[in-house]
Amino acid sequence: MKMFNFHLMPYRHADLDAIEKNGSAWVTFSNRHYDPKKGAELYHDYLDQMEFADQLGFDGVCLNEHHQTAYGMMPIPGVLAGALARSVKRAKLAVLGRALPLLNNPLMIAEEYAILDNLTRGRVIAGFVRGIGAEYHAMGINPAYSQERYAEAHDLIVRAWTEPGPFPYVGKHYQFKYVNPWPRPYQTPHPPIWIPSQGSGSTIRWAARMRYTYCQTLSPIAAVARFFQMYRDEAEKAGYQASPDQLAWSNTIYVAETDEKAVREARPHLEALMNYFLKMPTEMLLPPGYTDAASMKRVRAAKVTGKPQSIEDVIKNGVVIVGSPNTVREKLAEYQDLAGFNTSLTKTQFGTMPNDMTRANMTAIAEEILPHFRDRLPRSVRREAAE
Amino acid sequence: MCLIFEGRNCRKRALTREEREARRDMADYSVSMIPVRDCRIRVMRAGSGSPLLFLHGGGGAGTWLPFMARLAETFDVIVPEHPGFGESETPPWLDTVSDLANFYLDFLKQLDLDGVHLVGQSLGGWIAAELAVRNTSRLASLTLASAAGIHVKDIPQVDTFLSSDEQRIRDLFHDQKLADAVLARALRPEVEDVALRNRMTTAKLVWQPRSHDPHLQKWLHRIDVPTLLIWGEHDRLFPKDYAFAYQRLIPGSKVVIIPDCGHLPEVEKADVFAAELESFIGAMRIAA
Repeated sequence: MKMFNFHLMPYRHADLDAIEKNGSAWVTFSNRHYDPKKGAELYHDYLDQMEFADQLGFDGVCLNEHHQTAYGMMPIPGVLAGALARSVKRAKLAVLGRALPLLNNPLMIAEEYAILDNLTRGRVIAGFVRGIGAEYHAMGINPAYSQERYAEAHDLIVRAWTEPGPFPYVGKHYQFKYVNPWPRPYQTPHPPIWIPSQGSGSTIRWAARMRYTYCQTLSPIAAVARFFQMYRDEAEKAGYQASPDQLAWSNTIYVAETDEKAVREARPHLEALMNYFLKMPTEMLLPPGYTDAASMKRVRAAKVTGKPQSIEDVIKNGVVIVGSPNTVREKLAEYQDLAGFNTSLTKTQFGTMPNDMTRANMTAIAEEILPHFRDRLPRSVRREAAE
Repeated sequence: MCLIFEGRNCRKRALTREEREARRDMADYSVSMIPVRDCRIRVMRAGSGSPLLFLHGGGGAGTWLPFMARLAETFDVIVPEHPGFGESETPPWLDTVSDLANFYLDFLKQLDLDGVHLVGQSLGGWIAAELAVRNTSRLASLTLASAAGIHVKDIPQVDTFLSSDEQRIRDLFHDQKLADAVLARALRPEVEDVALRNRMTTAKLVWQPRSHDPHLQKWLHRIDVPTLLIWGEHDRLFPKDYAFAYQRLIPGSKVVIIPDCGHLPEVEKADVFAAELESFIGAMRIAA
């Protein structure tokens, strides 16, 4: 299994009571709550953590993109990826991902990834996402065109990377007289494309057909297993057998000496993530047109937003793994076998967790967990290999 | 409610007073699905006289309302449901309010309507204004009620896309007792499908730039038919400053502000709304 250190870069000093009062840490949560002195410290702490992950032997580091929120301070992840491109010496550098429909000029994403790929001499993983519903409020992009723009931007970027320029591109949403980006990507034919999603059936089907690595965001492990099975089924329909390397599970891991200590230490930070940083009203999460009416009704009926969650809930549902080294090893092995993934995108810092705790957690994971999983494959793959 | 289904070519005659009152009580109106080029839309229609075309707002055409019944005593009231809303089809070409303005020009031509009193509310007002800057040859008058379409700087407006279902409905009304009654009907699961569909189409049409086309205001001077701008005094979506901004842009237009009224004057003050419209059109006829 490969293990990546996934950072959300939260503004961890956010006033949780103010978030509570505003109803969300997103879009309408005033940036007067952002203190640039503290923010600057956090950026450096977090980038240092990413470099530390590289030194500790994590296989990769991951950034992502969210706008106008204390949940994550990476509206332009390429800036931070640029800062890491020369200091992370060995690990892969994954941006999971850039939100394609939010840009009126997606050629800039082709350019940005190509620069990073050159800087890292081919260590970049290019994530493509639509962005969550809140970004459409934040960025003034029509959610009804999210899927159309995503499809068009994806095609444009891949063509820009693979077809010799200049060539013209005329789509419904994007038109260019000259598509001819310099530089070209370092990797051939282009950086690996990874597709993070909350589990949309159409996204899973498309990723499987395109043979893109599918990354499942924060979800109970039973759901993760279902989504990954859907991917394997879709791959089979497309005429090939999906490898576990095409499946990545995005999770949160916290390790301490004992289960009790781990839960006690992680609780306030994890619960801050679940109940404050992630919280938003349904109207913000799902603007009209962002998803089809059937999915919209499903989410509204489930009232997924708003329920407070305890650390016990998310441990029990297998959204996170928290415990002693032994517990974490057991759970991670169990979940890998259950869901059949071969990449773990692991948040080692979450919510309000301070720097020293995060680094201790990263060290514990590197020493106690990583070595046991370096060569471990999901059980189904091991069985097939044996047969 | 009694529905009479009839074809669009059904011959109409003037009704006697008794018949009119009976009609009003029975609220009878025709409902038909009318194809306009590649898109079939639902059209409610009643009354006789000059045609009055009402273009609904983002909430959809819904049902035959008391103000429509009252206006049908004087006019041939035609209430289409926009493409993408309610029971009307969603054509592949539907992207912008301009598309709908052109669609309704086709609609007027196909139904061969002339001397039309065009009335648009909110989103429908925007469509009506876009239609009128293109071509007023089939119009006798234009009425914009709490209309979207332009932007007025520094006027606080509620963001209906971030409001909860309940708050969104409350913001439509000045009289919260009316909001209570509407809430009781609006949040039933059986109307959820239509409500979601209407909201998706509305979002597609108005999300960005929010509820206006920056180019529209450049051409409003082209509107050369008598124009009435009718607003609720307490409109929280498009406050009454919008009425006066439209007035500055449309030559000779007249503003009426209805007191104790929110964003839906045709619902919240149905009789005042209808009376203002009747008096505006009546005065216009005298002037002519």
